Amino acid sequence: MKTTSQPAAQAVPRSAGTPPPPGDARPAGRGPLGPLRRKIADQATAYGFLIGGLLCFILFSWYPAVRSVIIAFQKYTPGSDPEWVGTANFTRVFQDPEFAAAWRNTLTFTVLALVIGFAIPFLMALVLNELRHAKAFFRVVVYLPVMIPPVVSALLWKWFYDPGAGLANEVLGFLHLPTSNWTNGADTALVSLVIVATWANMGGTVLIYLAALQGIPGELYEAAELDGASVWQRVRHVTIPQTRFIILMLMLLQVIATMQVFTEPFVITGGGPENSTVTVLYLIYKYAFLYNDFGGASALSVMLLLVLSAFSALYLRLTRTD
Amino acid sequence: MTRTAPPPAQKPPAVRAGKSGDAPAERSTRTVVSPLALAGRRGKAAYWSVFALVVLLFAFAFLFPVYWMVTGAMKPPEEVVRTPPTLVPEQWRTSGYTDAWDLMRLPTHLWNTVVQATGAWILQIVFCTAAAYALSKLRPAFGNIILGGILATLMVPVQALVVPKYLTIADMPLIHVNLLNDPLAIWLPAVANAFNLYLLKRFFDQIPRDVLEAAEIDGAGRLRTLWSIVLPLSRPVLGVVSIFALVAVWQDFLWPLMVFSDTEKQPISVALVQLSQNVPLTVLIGAMVIASIPMVLMFLVFQRHIIAGISAGSTKG
Repeated sequence: MKTTSQPAAQAVPRSAGTPPPPGDARPAGRGPLGPLRRKIADQATAYGFLIGGLLCFILFSWYPAVRSVIIAFQKYTPGSDPEWVGTANFTRVFQDPEFAAAWRNTLTFTVLALVIGFAIPFLMALVLNELRHAKAFFRVVVYLPVMIPPVVSALLWKWFYDPGAGLANEVLGFLHLPTSNWTNGADTALVSLVIVATWANMGGTVLIYLAALQGIPGELYEAAELDGASVWQRVRHVTIPQTRFIILMLMLLQVIATMQVFTEPFVITGGGPENSTVTVLYLIYKYAFLYNDFGGASALSVMLLLVLSAFSALYLRLTRTD
Repeated sequence: MTRTAPPPAQKPPAVRAGKSGDAPAERSTRTVVSPLALAGRRGKAAYWSVFALVVLLFAFAFLFPVYWMVTGAMKPPEEVVRTPPTLVPEQWRTSGYTDAWDLMRLPTHLWNTVVQATGAWILQIVFCTAAAYALSKLRPAFGNIILGGILATLMVPVQALVVPKYLTIADMPLIHVNLLNDPLAIWLPAVANAFNLYLLKRFFDQIPRDVLEAAEIDGAGRLRTLWSIVLPLSRPVLGVVSIFALVAVWQDFLWPLMVFSDTEKQPISVALVQLSQNVPLTVLIGAMVIASIPMVLMFLVFQRHIIAGISAGSTKG
C-alpha cells in the first residue's frame, strides 16, 4: 500500500485537470478535447452513474422528511388543496387521550426491552463463549427466530398467549407456576409484547456480543486470575469494561429500533386492552389510515422524528470517534 | 424464491470463506474460565452439565416453538385447540398446509413477495452500486454534499417517515402518477438505502486508484471498469448487500400494509395478518410455516456468511 500510493497521488491531480497523457494515444480518435469539455464530459459520466440513486434519495428520503414538517402544520386530505392551520394539528393530537398512552407505552416498552434485551443476550453470549463444543449449532439456533418473518413470530406468540389453546399457560401450569392473562390483561400485555420482541430479535445481539467477547485478550483474564479474581470479578472487571463500547452501541440501536415498534402491537393486541399497548407508530398509522387525518399523523411523526434523531445523532457521534 | 437464491451463492465464498474460517475456528483463546479449571474431573463434570443445560434451554426456547408450529399445522382442528395439548400429533395430516395453500391463496401472495423482493434487490444493486461508484471514484461536483445528505438519512429512522413517503407514492411529484398497489412502491424507496450505499462506497474506496487507471489506459470506459474490475473485486460486499436487501423486503410489514390495499397485490406478510381472523387455526399455522420457509432456507444455506457478516459488523464498531 505504502509504495503504490506514491504514484497514485501524482496521477490524481493530472487526471483531474488536464487529459491524462498516457491514455491519450487511444482516445485520439475522438478528436482533441479541451480541458473544459473534458471536465464537463467527466461530470456528465459521474452524474449518469449517480442519478438513479440520487433521485430515489430525493424522492423517498429528503423530500418526505421536509414534507412531514410542512404537512404537520396543514390540514391535509389527499385530493384537495392543503390549508395552513398553524399548530392546530399539534394541539389536537395533544388532547387525544391516546397520545399520552402511546408515548407512555412506547417508553415503557423501550425501557423493558432494553433491560431484558440487554441482560438475556449478554448472559447468553457470556455462557456460549465458554462452551467449546457445538459452537456453530448454538449460533444458528439463536439466530433462527430472526429469520422468521416478524409477522409470523407475532402470530405464533399470539397463539401461545391464547387463554384457551395457548402453550404459555400450559407450560406455566406444568411447572406449577401461576398462569397469566398475558396479552388479555391491561397490566401484563405490554410485558408480553416485550417478550415476543426479545425472542424474535435477540439473535443478532447475541452474535455481536459473542464476537466482541472473542476480541478480549486472554492475558487479561490470566492476569486477573493470578491476582486472585473470582469468575464473577473477572466478568465484572475484565469482560464488561472491555465490551463497554459495543454494549453502549447496541443499547442505543435497540432504543432506536424499539421506539418504532409496530408489528407486535398491531398483530397481537390491536393496541388493547384499554389502550395499554398503543405505540406512537401505531397511533400514527391510526391517524393516517383510520381517521384520514394526515396532518395529525405528520405532527406525531415530527415528534417521533425529533426524539429518534437525537438518539441517532448520539449513536453516529459515538461510532465516529472510535 | 429459488430464483433469488443462487446469485448471492457465488458472491461471498472466495473472500468470506477465509474470514469466517478463522473467526469461529478453534482459536482456543483464554476466556473467563481458565482451561485448567475445566481439566479436572469436577471441572469436566461442571462443563458438561452447563453444556447440557444450555442445549436444553436453546432447544426449548428456539427450536421448540418452531417444532410446535410445524406440527400444529398437522393436527386435526379439534386436536390443536385441546387442553392439555398433545406433544406429538395423534394423527398426522397435511391438510393444514394444503388448505392454507389454496384457501389463503398463498401462491399469489408468495409470488407477489418474490416479485417485490427481487425487484428491490436488483434495483438496489444497480442504482446503489452505480451511485457508490460515482461517489467513490468519479468525483462528481458537490459529491461530498450529496454523500453527507445520504449519510444524514441514516439518522432519520425509516418508520418515522412512512406517512409523507406514502403521500409521495400516492401522488408522485411532477409526474403525478399513483404508484399505490404497484411493486414500484416497494422497489423505488428500497433504493434509498443509505446503509447499503455506504457499505458499497466504503468498499470501493479501498480499491486502489491505479488499478482503475490501468484499466482506463487500456481503453476501458467507466462502465466497463465498473463491470469488469470493481464488481468482481466487490463480491463479498455485494453478497452482504444482497442478503440485507432481500431479507428487508421479505420481513417488512408496515410499509406494504400501507401501500397495498388491493388484496390481489399483497405480499405474504400482509396477507397473513389480513386473513388471520377468517381461517381455521390449523390453516393459519400452515400458512405461517410456509411463509417462513424461504427465509429460513436462505439462512441455512448462507448461515456462515450471514453469521460472519453480523459478527464482522461488531469489530468495526
